[in-house]
Amino acid sequence: MNRKILLLTLLLPLLVTLAAGLAYAVLSLPEQPQQLPKLVINNMNESGVSHPVTAVLLNFRGYDTLLELVVLLLALLAVWSLNLPAAEPRSTPNRVLDTLTHLLTPLLILITAYLLWIGAHAPGGAFQAGSVLAAAAVLLMLAGWRIPAKLIGLPLRIILITGPAMFIIIAVRTLLFDGQLLKYPPAQAGLFIAIIETVATLSIAATLAALFLGTRPIAINKKNIEQASDNGSEHK
Amino acid sequence: MNPANFYALIGIGLFSVGLLGLIINSHLLKKILAFNIMGSGVFLVLVALARRAENIPADPVPDAMVITGIVVAVSATALALTLMLRVVSETGHATLPDEVEK
Repeated sequence: MNRKILLLTLLLPLLVTLAAGLAYAVLSLPEQPQQLPKLVINNMNESGVSHPVTAVLLNFRGYDTLLELVVLLLALLAVWSLNLPAAEPRSTPNRVLDTLTHLLTPLLILITAYLLWIGAHAPGGAFQAGSVLAAAAVLLMLAGWRIPAKLIGLPLRIILITGPAMFIIIAVRTLLFDGQLLKYPPAQAGLFIAIIETVATLSIAATLAALFLGTRPIAINKKNIEQASDNGSEHK
Repeated sequence: MNPANFYALIGIGLFSVGLLGLIINSHLLKKILAFNIMGSGVFLVLVALARRAENIPADPVPDAMVITGIVVAVSATALALTLMLRVVSETGHATLPDEVEK
């Protein structure tokens, strides 16, 4: 306990100094941001969308967003490679959770589509839509739903990879036809962004939901269940 | 002081509290939580600074960084939690091996 108090007395002045330094840095910034907002607003016509955040996310700084999608995939790969034992199947959900899931899942899917669509001209877009869709999947999993065995192998991997893959395909296409990575021609920018956002939404949602599982999903087919119940009866 | 600077200062406060929590707690779950608090502080600073000029619309560049940052933070947290579970299953407790447990 003494050690903790000693640590605190040493740490607090350091942290206060750090906070004061950061506060000074923030308060001494110029009143108006200098260049970037003007650049964004002046080039909005070429971006293919009318919402500046989406334009920055998927056009002006598309490279960042591509790498963010890869980071998501890397996190999932790392989680899978840790190979934790699968969580025990939980008990059946009570009626409140069950009813709520029935009501909310279609609604969440609808909200996903709305957020994806509205992203072109208002706050929204692939990351928000993907998170909402992932929330729907997490809710389903809490209520006892499992990824169908048919989807677990290749189909799940394809969904996980389509977002970054489509982004890379479009990046290579712009590199070949327009000479610069991810520099969309203004006429087609809207279309490219819509394609990337749609597949990215699915990939983001699948990645987040798979991360929630915490381990590589295993097919729970009838055989496994029968084996499990056989083992159970042997123990008796 | 305009409201944006006020929120930015709150963000710095969150960051510092998170850093303190990260250092003094030895339980890994508390460390992960503290790390997330630090991240939220950074996001708050970025969002606040995007709006610090009062008469022009918000700067979209920091906003876009925060959007992707949140999703990446969620996935990093998931990875951290899995690593923590792995540490628990290997060693039996949720602290790093060189921490003195009392």
